[in-house]
Amino acid sequence: MALLDVNEVSKSFGSFTALDRVSLSVPKGSIFGLLGPNGAGKTTLIRIVNQITMPDQGNVYLDGAPLAPHHISDIGYLPEERGLYKSMKVGEQALYLAQLKGMAKSEAKAQLKMWFERLDIGHWWDKKIQELSKGMAQKIQFVVTVLHRPKLLIFDEPFSGFDPINAQVIQSEILRLRDEGATVIFSTHRMESVEELCDHIALVHQSKKILDGNLTQIKRAHLSNRFKVGIQCENHDQIFKAIGEKFSITPTVFKSVYQGVQFSLQLSYQDAPNAVLTELSRYGMVYHFVAEVPSANDLFVQTIAQNSNNN
Amino acid sequence: MKHLGLIITREYLNKIRNKSFVVMTFLSPLLMAALISVVAYLSSVNNDTLKDIKVLDNSGYFGHLFEDNNQLRFEILPDMELEQAKTLAEATSAYGLLYIPSVDSIAALKKGITFYSADTPALGVTVAMERLIQRQANALVLRENGIDDKAIEALYFNVSTQLETFAGQETSKLGSGLKLIFGGAAGYLLFMFIIIYGNMIMRSVIEEKTSRIIEVIISSVKPRALMLGKIFGTTLAGITQFAIWVIILGLFSVVASSVLGLEIGSGANLAQEAAQIGDQESQEIAVAVAREIWQLPLTNLVLMFFLYFIGGYLLYASLYAAIGAAVDSETDTQQFLLPILMPLIIAVYVGVFTVIEDPHGTVSQVFSFIPLTSPVVMLMRIPFGVPLWQQIFSVVLLFTTFMGTVWLAAKIYRVGILMYGKKPSYKELIKWLKY
Repeated sequence: MALLDVNEVSKSFGSFTALDRVSLSVPKGSIFGLLGPNGAGKTTLIRIVNQITMPDQGNVYLDGAPLAPHHISDIGYLPEERGLYKSMKVGEQALYLAQLKGMAKSEAKAQLKMWFERLDIGHWWDKKIQELSKGMAQKIQFVVTVLHRPKLLIFDEPFSGFDPINAQVIQSEILRLRDEGATVIFSTHRMESVEELCDHIALVHQSKKILDGNLTQIKRAHLSNRFKVGIQCENHDQIFKAIGEKFSITPTVFKSVYQGVQFSLQLSYQDAPNAVLTELSRYGMVYHFVAEVPSANDLFVQTIAQNSNNN
Repeated sequence: MKHLGLIITREYLNKIRNKSFVVMTFLSPLLMAALISVVAYLSSVNNDTLKDIKVLDNSGYFGHLFEDNNQLRFEILPDMELEQAKTLAEATSAYGLLYIPSVDSIAALKKGITFYSADTPALGVTVAMERLIQRQANALVLRENGIDDKAIEALYFNVSTQLETFAGQETSKLGSGLKLIFGGAAGYLLFMFIIIYGNMIMRSVIEEKTSRIIEVIISSVKPRALMLGKIFGTTLAGITQFAIWVIILGLFSVVASSVLGLEIGSGANLAQEAAQIGDQESQEIAVAVAREIWQLPLTNLVLMFFLYFIGGYLLYASLYAAIGAAVDSETDTQQFLLPILMPLIIAVYVGVFTVIEDPHGTVSQVFSFIPLTSPVVMLMRIPFGVPLWQQIFSVVLLFTTFMGTVWLAAKIYRVGILMYGKKPSYKELIKWLKY
């Protein structure tokens, strides 16, 4: 069941096309990575979901209903370009923003106290933003984004400006919110976060969506039938040559405590990996035999490269 | 609507809590009051000194005429040489020496009467002396021609033309001056308000852009609501500031006039000079002023002041907001501010120069219809009596334009607030309207 459905959405600014018939489906309860190079159209798409910009064509459905003004309180948005009123006090400001999202003042206050306690920032209530560091302000922005318990959370580069410890705190808060039922759209260039957090991704490039789906399934689909192999033996060159006559291999390097010949093995689809493994074991002790699985980073770089070549 | 209230409250509180706003609110009336009272005090000191004037009347006709009053003291010198008299006057540091040469006929006095002094004398002093001499000289000429004193006495009376419109409304030259002051004050007040608080709105929009909070906010509220909230919030803060100024200045003028015995505001030098001529006359003027003020279309003026104030101010305010949204920093605003300031300045000039000359002429009429200039120009025209249809037409035009401008400004605002790092051109702004 999808929480957010983007259906054939297009948007252009003058002669520039920012989005070209983009469709997406964000499953309920997922952490959805919205990826793409700079200028691909991610921010425009996010702004359309937030009803900041109106699409030229296409529809967006939230929880099955066409996007409408009352959905504002169902969405929490942490933009990439974010800031706070510098001369306003932290507590006042957070209350104001929460009320704009439709929360009652008393409820907002109670929730804020709870969050400030949880993130250990309770003593900042009466401070002004200009007295806080960038990382501190980021924490407050995070709280303001999630405060009204939205169904859909949209984070654009949420970890920028955080030190590793606080980034970890925020990451575990995001996971907890997901566990409590929120759906998260997560836009970032940090692929290790995508790897760690996202279960679904979509890749946008030059205004078009070029890839989307469950991350594991995508990876499976991009398996290349290539294995990294290490065999413990004495005469490296001879054995490499002997194997090379039977299989398509290229030398490669990876860290291992064992000494031996190491190579990358490309199997054809007829080859059965187990049979190959048995055969290889005749040359020595096979200490490494691992299928190469593309990382999110590989997927990103490869898919973008392929699609750029096509143009 | 609920959002609008929240935004207005925040903008208002944020403005009036701002330190520089508070300082300006309480400091500027004090500074202004201090300035006015210094000027008033200095001119009153100046007027209180008794001016010693030596009179050397070689003709023998006038000497007995000069009477002392509270500002001038005359001393008739005995017959002596002019050079001698000048030395004497200078040595006794007299205010000046009035020299009337000995003449064969009265007509020769047209020229030759000279007033010697260290500096250029005050207008009031020479006017007073000239009037005395003139009157006496005229009488002498008449007497020479055989007219008896009674007839001469009967000759002197003042003619004052009564001005009345066909509709039966009484006017006067004094009234024209007052009308100008009232209309001018209203127009100028609006002009100042637009510039001060328009800029404040613009800065507050830029602040939201530079602090990058804008995207968070417009994911919760419509840009138009944010813009209107800003305009109304700042306007309320402005009205608060203005009200405080008026109250402080009012209190101060009450205190000052009771302590110093000065009439703040009417302390113009001409009034002082008039007072020198004669207390009787100045009292008459005061009565006439009061009567003329009551004859002004005050209800009309006050009502229209509010309408034009709201319409004109909001019109310009939305333009200021759009400019703030289009740029990244205040330094980039110059190119967009000029076209806003131009009509305002033109309006003030038209008001000051053309409306005085001819309040109902074509130029005055046209500019009192054009929405960008009508608030200032029409406010200056109204005291002179403007037909109702013209006022209604102009106000309707103003409010229609205001709605259009808000719509237009909101479009620029909506796109502009999300544009960073670009310095937009006019061409780009027009493109934004189509997004």
